[in-house]
Amino acid sequence: MTYDFFNKLFGSQIVAALIQSLLPLFFFILPFALFAVWFERKVSAHMQDRLGPMRVGWHGWLQSIADILKLIQKEDIIATENDKPLFNIAPLLVFVGSYAAFAAIPFSSAFIGSNLDLGVFFIVAVSGFVVAGILMAGWASNNKYSLLGAMRSAAQIISYEIPTILVIVTIVMVTGTLNLNTLSEMQTGHFWNWMIFGGPTFGIAKFLLIPFMILGFVIIYISTLAEVNRTPFDIPEAESELVSGYHTEYSGMKFAMFFLAEYANMFAVSAVVAALFFGGYQSPIGYLGNLIGIKWFIPIEQLLWFTAKGLFFVFVQMWLRWTLPRLRVDQLMAACWKYLIPLAFVNLIIIGLITLI
Amino acid sequence: MREYLQNIWTAVITIMIGMRVTFKHLFVPAVTIQYPDVKPQLPERERNRLYVNMDDCIGCDQCARACPVDCISIETVKGLPTEDLGKTSQGKKKALWVTSFTIDYAKCCYCQLCVFPCPTECIYMTDVYEFSEYDRDNLIYNFSTLTPEEAEQKKINYAQFEAEKAKEKAAKAAAPANPTAVKE
Ligand code: SF4
Ligand code: SF4
Repeated sequence: MTYDFFNKLFGSQIVAALIQSLLPLFFFILPFALFAVWFERKVSAHMQDRLGPMRVGWHGWLQSIADILKLIQKEDIIATENDKPLFNIAPLLVFVGSYAAFAAIPFSSAFIGSNLDLGVFFIVAVSGFVVAGILMAGWASNNKYSLLGAMRSAAQIISYEIPTILVIVTIVMVTGTLNLNTLSEMQTGHFWNWMIFGGPTFGIAKFLLIPFMILGFVIIYISTLAEVNRTPFDIPEAESELVSGYHTEYSGMKFAMFFLAEYANMFAVSAVVAALFFGGYQSPIGYLGNLIGIKWFIPIEQLLWFTAKGLFFVFVQMWLRWTLPRLRVDQLMAACWKYLIPLAFVNLIIIGLITLI
Repeated sequence: MREYLQNIWTAVITIMIGMRVTFKHLFVPAVTIQYPDVKPQLPERERNRLYVNMDDCIGCDQCARACPVDCISIETVKGLPTEDLGKTSQGKKKALWVTSFTIDYAKCCYCQLCVFPCPTECIYMTDVYEFSEYDRDNLIYNFSTLTPEEAEQKKINYAQFEAEKAKEKAAKAAAPANPTAVKE
C-alpha cells in the first residue's frame, strides 16, 4: 500500500522501492535499537535494584544517543594480521542479514516491505546469512577468542534453526500459508482467533490445538532466543570466557553494526513469533478506527499493536537475560538436540493429527 | 523417560521461579545513591581530609613523627623571649613559631595516626572528601598562619638573637678566661 502511494507520488518504481526499503531502517530499526539499548540497561538495572543511566536526559533516555555519538568518533582499528577484506565485510553482512529479515515482516496491513508468499521461509533463510558474517568476523579477526566465539555461534545458530523451522512448519501445516501478511490477516478479529489459541476456525480442533500451540510457542521462543545469541544462550560472546566473542577485535562503527544487528535481530525474531502466534499486527480487542469510523486510523493502530507485541517479547528476552545464568556448551547442545527437537517433532505430529479431524 | 520428563519439568519450574524473583525486583526501590546530588550518610568516625587548627598548634612535631608516610612537614623557629606567641585554648603557652606546616594529601593514607599523639588535639579529621585536583602539587596544603615574609622575618630575628647570644657568651667566656690564665 505504501509502495503504491510512493509510486504514484514520485512516478518511479525505483524511488518508491528505495523509500519503501529504507523506511523501516530509519523509522524503525534505528530508533528501536537506540530505545532497546536504553531499555535493556534500565530493565537490568531495576532488576538488580539499581537505577541505571540517570544523567543524560530524563532518566538517561539520551544515553544511547550519546553512546552512538561516542562510537562514531572512535578510531576504526584494524590490526595488521587481520584478513582485511573479510574483516571489513563481516559487520556489514551481519547487519544485512538481520535487516533483510525486516523485508518480509508485516508492520501493519498498510506496510510490509515486500509481500512475499514465502515470507517466513525468506526470514529463516536470510537470518541464516548472519552465521556467515559471524564466522567471517571470527576468522578474519585472527584472534583465538574471536574464532572460538564464531565457531560456537555457528554451531549454535545452525542447531537451533531446526526446532525453529519445525515449529514454523507446524504453523504452516495448520494455516497453509508462508506469507506473514496472510497469516496475520487470518488471525483477525479478537484474541481468541490468534494461533496460540488455536487459530481462527472454531470447533473441537481449536481446543485440542491450544496446549500444543503453547508448547510450540515456547519451543520457538527458546530457539529464536538462542539464534540471536542472547543470554542464557550467549556462549558465542560469553564475556567471562571469550572477552566478547566474535566482535572482540572490532571498534567504532563496525562494532556499532554488530550491536545494531543484535538489537534488530531481537526485534525481528520477536516480530516473527508475534506474527506466527499472537496475531501479528491484529488488535486483540478490535479497533478504535472501526468504532469511530476513521478508516485510515486502523493501519496506525495496527502498527502500534505490532510494536507493542514485539516490544513485549523483547522485554521478555531481557527479562530472561537478567534472570538466567549462561548455559555450558554441552548443555546448550543437549537442550537443543535432546529436548527441543524431539518435542518439536512430537508437537508437529500431534498437530498434524489434530488438523486431520 | 521419567527422568527426561522430570528434567523438563524442573527446567520450566525453576525458570518460572527465577523470573518471578527478578520481576518482583523490578519494583523494589533502587538502593542507588545519586551521588553528587544525594550524599551518603558517613559513619561517625570516618577519616577524610585532615585539618590543623593552627591557633592551638604548638609545633611539637609529634604528628609529623607519627606519620608512616612522612607527608607532614613542619618547620619551627623559636620565639624570642620578648615576643608573645599567645596561648592554646587549653592555656598552654606557645614557644615556637610554626614557619611552615604542610600536609601532602597525595601521600596521606588517611590512617589517622597523626591525630592521636597531638598534645593539643589540634589536628583532626574533617568530613570533606571531595578535594580532587588536576595538579598533584595543589594537594600540598599549607596550614601555617604566617606569610612567607613573616616566616622569613622570624628566622632572621631568631638568627640575630642567637648571634647576639653567642657573642655575649663568647664575651663572657673570654672575660673569666683571662684571670685564670693570669693565676697560672
Ligand atoms: S592520616 Fe596518616 S598518613 Fe595522613 S598525615 Fe596523618 S599520619 Fe600521615
Ligand atoms: S602534634 Fe599537634 S601541636 Fe604538635 S605539631 Fe602536630 S599539630 Fe601541632
